[in-house]
Amino acid sequence: MNPSVETLRATFGSAIGRAVESCGDTIVYVERAALLEMMSWLRDTPGQQYDYLVDVTAVEYRDRERPLELVYNLRSLERRADLRVKVELEPGGDLTVDSIVPLWRGADWLEREVYDMFGIAFRGHPDLRRILMWETYAEGHPLRKDFPLRGRFSRAEQVRQALTANPEAHYSLEELSIAAAYDELPPDMRERLRRGERGKIPYSE
Amino acid sequence: MSKRTVELELATPGLDAQGRPARLPLAAAAPEPERLSESGASGEHMLINLGPQHPATHGVLRLVVELDGETVVRVIPHVGYLHSGFEKLGEYRHYNQIIPLTDRTDYLSPMANNVGFALAAERLMGIELTPRCTVLRVIACEMSRIISHMVWLGTTSIDLGAFTPFLWAFQERERIYNLQEMWTGARLTTSVTRVGGMMADVTDDFVAGLRQFVDTYPKTLHEIDRVLTRNAVWVGRTQGVGAMTAQEAINYSLSGPMLRASGVPYDVRKDRPYLDYDSYEFDVPVGEHGDVYDRYLVRLEECHQSNRILRQALERLPGGPVNVADPRLILPPKSRAMSDMEAMIYHFKQVMEGVKAPVGEAYVGIENPKGELGTYLVSDGTAKPVRWRIRPPSFINLAALPKMAEGHLLSDLIAINASVDIVMGEVDR
Repeated sequence: MNPSVETLRATFGSAIGRAVESCGDTIVYVERAALLEMMSWLRDTPGQQYDYLVDVTAVEYRDRERPLELVYNLRSLERRADLRVKVELEPGGDLTVDSIVPLWRGADWLEREVYDMFGIAFRGHPDLRRILMWETYAEGHPLRKDFPLRGRFSRAEQVRQALTANPEAHYSLEELSIAAAYDELPPDMRERLRRGERGKIPYSE
Repeated sequence: MSKRTVELELATPGLDAQGRPARLPLAAAAPEPERLSESGASGEHMLINLGPQHPATHGVLRLVVELDGETVVRVIPHVGYLHSGFEKLGEYRHYNQIIPLTDRTDYLSPMANNVGFALAAERLMGIELTPRCTVLRVIACEMSRIISHMVWLGTTSIDLGAFTPFLWAFQERERIYNLQEMWTGARLTTSVTRVGGMMADVTDDFVAGLRQFVDTYPKTLHEIDRVLTRNAVWVGRTQGVGAMTAQEAINYSLSGPMLRASGVPYDVRKDRPYLDYDSYEFDVPVGEHGDVYDRYLVRLEECHQSNRILRQALERLPGGPVNVADPRLILPPKSRAMSDMEAMIYHFKQVMEGVKAPVGEAYVGIENPKGELGTYLVSDGTAKPVRWRIRPPSFINLAALPKMAEGHLLSDLIAINASVDIVMGEVDR
């Protein structure tokens, strides 16, 4: 068992849940409210120095009773130690977690991917958009267990949507707003930009 | 000093006492922030769309670039054009059936991906490999490193206007592909590992062929080194371009040559050894400036070191079985499955039910050519993983592209993007 767990428990008390070991890795479960503070502590405290964020991902089990797990793999390059931190979330409940981008810039795309694939929203993320699926993708979050392997829509519907896709959505609204292009935008788009809208989701109206 | 002046000076680089080009301090080449606002007075920012079909984006990467004159103000990468949902597909497949999917992620180093997945599945199931299998997997990994770096070198040199090294590099890659074909029957989609062993043992012809490759390969590396390392155009286009400091590289979770070029001496093979890497003699090249030039030097030296490892692996290649002796894991030979009742039952159970993994989870990171390829497997005790996560090195390295490119020229963006060494199959998965 990684000694960091005991130190964590001494520092954060009840915010630290159970700790288990699997295949040589220590996994510690934490409360989501303490996540950001704890990550920052793990990164900056001498003796811990988990300075390298290996990965951010999530796991949903086939057993619907089990919570959705958000998984952070941390590593201390100097001490050559690894620690896996997990946050448990209710699949049907509030899926908002503090973003760790302020601590590790490398978490930017990783959190976007988790958001895209699992629908977990990260509070404080600078640019939380879908990353692998396109911005107007309306079928949901593919790696959730209730998402069918072939997608939610029928193949015919998917083809129809692709063929009738809005070519204006080729650039995101932010990109179109860049500099000179802004003046050439149609008035309704400028209005939507001002309201802070992102992509236009087809068939949502 | 402006960037332009630096380039002019570098066009005729002076040589230092060792005959290497004298390097300018990075600070001189770094863009000065106030320059942006100076030329930005005109207010004419341009929006350029680069890709997804563009030879210099190395696949279907799309970059939306905001330009102020020729200076990159902002880069917005768009990925996902090659998204195939491998991780989702893996949840519907037995462990051995996932291996062909791993070929198709980083398709420039398929064998190393096969090894990475198999190692994670084996750690999950608690399997000890045979000595011959261990050495064969090291050979597979290092062959992959060489072909991947050769593709990187070839395409990057083309991006920067040098055509000859591309031909040399691809010639060497072709020789490794012939060896891969000899071993597995496939050049690209090798699927060479199985959980607990390998798909096939190597033949004597393969060993002889690889030995011949190992003996002759350094000559090409020296030729590439001669034509690029001190080349004024190459040096001018790469030095001081897209630099990342060690701290930034760690903060951006870079891995592999990208991390080491920035001066962080971290190599999974040395720091968390897998297979029997701790018993090989090899050096880990580390850069100091973290620019495109250092990434080139690191990768070139890694090719030499891979060759060194291959030579040692060939010397020590032990005899004996390549698969573990567990009939529940390894398919019996077809002839036995057809004639022996017991073998047929094992064959049937493995094909129909798959190999069950105990409840638990395992993460194994291996040093892939692109960086740390992590495989994270979560099992609920059935024959199919609950979650198969690939930690994609090129996806995470690519995320630092905007940081590296902003403030540089558009032509530098091409060099920086090339230096990340992405493969879109893995970025998008």
